[in-house]
Amino acid sequence: MKEILVWAELRDGRLTGVALEIMKKALDLATLSGGRVSAVAIGRECRESAAELVAHGAERVFVVEDARLDLYQADAFTKILCRLIGEIRPGIVLMGGTSVGADLAPAVAARLGTGLTAHCTDLRIEAIEGLDQLVMVVPGWRGNMMVKIVCPEKRPVMATIRPGVMERGRPEPSREGEIVAVSPDIDEKDFRARTLERVRESEESALEQAKIIVSGGFGFYEAGGVALLDQLARALGAVTAGSRPACDAGWVPESRMIGQSGRTVSPDLFISIGASGAPHYTTGFAKSKLIVAIDKNPKAPVFDIADFGVAGDLKEIIPALVEELEAKE
Amino acid sequence: MPLNILVCIKQVPDPEQFDRITLDPATGSINRAGIPPVTNPVDRHAVEEALRIREASGGTVAVLTMGPPQARKCLEDALAMGADRGVLLCDMAFAGADTLATAAVLAAGIRSAGDFDLVLCGNESVDGATGQVPAQLAEALGWPRVTYARKIEIAKEAATALVEREIEEGFLRVEVRLPAVIAVVKRINRYRLPTIFGILEAGKKEIIEVGCAACECAGLVAEAMGLAGSPTRVAGVFQSHRKRHVEMIGGEPKEAARGLIRKLKEMDAL
Ligand SMILES: Cc1cc2nc3c(=O)[nH]c(=O)nc-3n(C[C@H](O)[C@H](O)[C@H](O)COP(=O)(O)OP(=O)(O)OC[C@H]3O[C@@H](n4cnc5c(N)ncnc54)[C@H](O)[C@@H]3O)c2cc1C
Ligand SMILES: Nc1ncnc2c1ncn2[C@@H]1O[C@H](COP(=O)(O)O)[C@@H](O)[C@H]1O
Repeated sequence: MKEILVWAELRDGRLTGVALEIMKKALDLATLSGGRVSAVAIGRECRESAAELVAHGAERVFVVEDARLDLYQADAFTKILCRLIGEIRPGIVLMGGTSVGADLAPAVAARLGTGLTAHCTDLRIEAIEGLDQLVMVVPGWRGNMMVKIVCPEKRPVMATIRPGVMERGRPEPSREGEIVAVSPDIDEKDFRARTLERVRESEESALEQAKIIVSGGFGFYEAGGVALLDQLARALGAVTAGSRPACDAGWVPESRMIGQSGRTVSPDLFISIGASGAPHYTTGFAKSKLIVAIDKNPKAPVFDIADFGVAGDLKEIIPALVEELEAKE
Repeated sequence: MPLNILVCIKQVPDPEQFDRITLDPATGSINRAGIPPVTNPVDRHAVEEALRIREASGGTVAVLTMGPPQARKCLEDALAMGADRGVLLCDMAFAGADTLATAAVLAAGIRSAGDFDLVLCGNESVDGATGQVPAQLAEALGWPRVTYARKIEIAKEAATALVEREIEEGFLRVEVRLPAVIAVVKRINRYRLPTIFGILEAGKKEIIEVGCAACECAGLVAEAMGLAGSPTRVAGVFQSHRKRHVEMIGGEPKEAARGLIRKLKEMDAL
């Protein structure tokens, strides 16, 4: 486990949040096991990101720069990563479980013939059968069931990490690291699948960056939709999200669905309103710093994972909250 | 130009009944007894997409699953939707597979079942929920892949497909050379339900069984199958203790609202 390699995904030429979340975890693991962290960045222009990765603890950053790699190119990225891993032989390879990471990681693992664990929420080193091993924790079928996965023999051990579940570290500009330029070494054959363009349809980062999220559930049915939720969000400067039924009803866009099949978030404050608290849903925000639950049913399971709860009708509570917030301004 | 398409489908426990799954914390074994098996929901969309491509450009649709004998049921359902033939990969040697070993066996099964221009998958299964199999299957076949596909257009001469591939902030337009593996998401289409006629017809269609020996003929060694071929292991299961201690704030709506906001300010959350 001497070397941990982090694939740091770039989006619009900038590091993704999950790349920094993984860096912190990798650094913690390396400190525990006496190893070191390296990172690899692939894209058109990676120098700035490389410097940032060094500040976040990478001792070496491999930069693979090429104008053809501006957008995600499945074949080329797979080839580049496999070659690099073959050369530097890390014990562990960590990647973000984004929609791109979830495509790249399994192909790399298959080509290297090694094990890969998807969507990990935690990584630890534990002695298993007398051997220090990387234990990868993934959610099980039910929200509170967690499964530990190991990869005892094959190397590197590979994992994708769910965005939004791990903490970011603080950059330390005093850290030093080596930046190694690597030639991409790709040609036409490496574009059997060619990404021609990227079409942007939404502001993806809104949820990730939100300090406060207000999330609505099917309890808004009686209120005829989530207009009240929007009002509260405005009063709080929050971003709105929803449970699956709220998205199915078309009240909240699916890209802002919280939960196992949606997004995982950990804002400073998460307010869940009119959602019963199924584990599939709560797993998506359980790591928020502070959780408030508002629901008509005082026995709703959502209160089990909240710090503060209000049992009542959202049609009354929300207007009262809005009035109170606006009065204070 | 007509295409020969194969769709990988998986049988899973009914996701609507996942809350009936229990866990033995001592042994770590998972008890899903009594939960009826169904076809992995997104895999039906993959079958539907294959049928639509066949309707547009001709060709054939085969469906394939790796699983226990009762997984035949999901093949029958797909045949009733309109697929032409089924392939059941069933052997004790396949049991206990992680995604790598699953992909290896699926690839061997596909090779032994014929020549295909396109393999469709669901983007992820609700029980494994890894979403790893499609990309690993593409590697095992030596083919390119596109995952998260929400729209597929086959070029006229059928040498390439133009795919809209979802990403967090929108989609990528990807052109992929065939043969390829494409994994689809649910919004790609609305799938049809089998008609009575379809169900009757399905009974006449062929389902071939492929076991370990046939996979070995297709070039896969037994060590690469099932548990033996799986680099990852389950090391244990535990319940997470994420229960927080909730402080309920009571009173009339106005009072409760005021109380809540005061608390949040005290905690520096507002
Ligand atoms: C494999 C799988 C994956 C899933 N993934 C997800 C996922 O990612 N995200 C997700 O959200 N769900 C997911 N689900 C669905 C999940 O299990 C629940 O069905 C869903 O979260 C319930 O949503 P809800 O709480 O909004 O609705 P409900 O359970 O119907 O709850 C509505 C709540 O509103 C309250 N209410 C009603 N009227 C009022 C009122 N006037 N004022 C205040 N409160 C009121 C009720 O008391 C109730 O508690 C998944 C399910 C499966 C099987
Ligand atoms: N045992 C299997 N048999 C057939 N297809 C499978 C099997 N396992 C996975 N797949 C395919 O791979 C997709 C993704 O599964 P997974 O990687 O397990 O989440 C599924 O939607 C299926 O199309």
